[in-house]
Amino acid sequence: MLFFSYFKDLVGKEVTVELKNDLAIRGTLHSVDQYLNIKLENTRVVDQDKYPHMLSVRNCFIRGSVVRYVQLPPEGVDVDLLHDATRREARGG
Amino acid sequence: MSIGTGLESLVDQTISIITNDGRNIVGVLKGFDQATNIILDESHERVYSTKEGVQQLVLGLYIIRGDNIGVVGELDEELDAHLDLSSLRAHPLKPVIH
Repeated sequence: MLFFSYFKDLVGKEVTVELKNDLAIRGTLHSVDQYLNIKLENTRVVDQDKYPHMLSVRNCFIRGSVVRYVQLPPEGVDVDLLHDATRREARGG
Repeated sequence: MSIGTGLESLVDQTISIITNDGRNIVGVLKGFDQATNIILDESHERVYSTKEGVQQLVLGLYIIRGDNIGVVGELDEELDAHLDLSSLRAHPLKPVIH
C-alpha cells in the first residue's frame, strides 16, 4: 500500500518506466492502481530508432508485472519521508 | 481504486498491445477485466524484422490473457496513418524476462 500511495503523489510528474523487455518509455504519470499498473500520457520511447514499435502511441497503460524500474524526478522524492515510512512498514505498522 | 486507471476510456478504440513474448498486436478493444485479460476485435499482428518492412498478419477476434500482456497503447490513428510500415525495419522486441 505504501508504494501505491507514493506513486499517487507522483501523478502529473514526468517519469521513465523501464520494462522487463528493456524498452524504456518516458511520459507524464497519469495514474497508478493497486497492482502498480501505470498509465502514462505524452509518451515516447527512449530509444526510438532501436524500438520503433510504439511510434504511433501517445498514451499507454503499462502492466505492473512488466515494470523493472521507474525513474523519478529528483524533486519528486522526499528521501527522509520515504525512509521513515518504509521503516514503519517493516516494523509492521 | 483511483480514478481513470482502468482501460474504460479505450473501449471501442484502436489499441496496440505488446505481449510478454514480444509480439505487437493491433485491434479494437472490446472488453477487459481486473486481470487485464483483453478482447480485441479486427486484430492483426505487426511483425518486425530487419530484413524487410513490417508484415501485417490478420488475426481477427482475439482474447489475450492478462498474464501475457505488457503494454496497452492507445493508437493515434493520425500518427499511424503517416507511418510507412513497409520501410520500417527493426529487431522484434525481446520477450519479458521476469
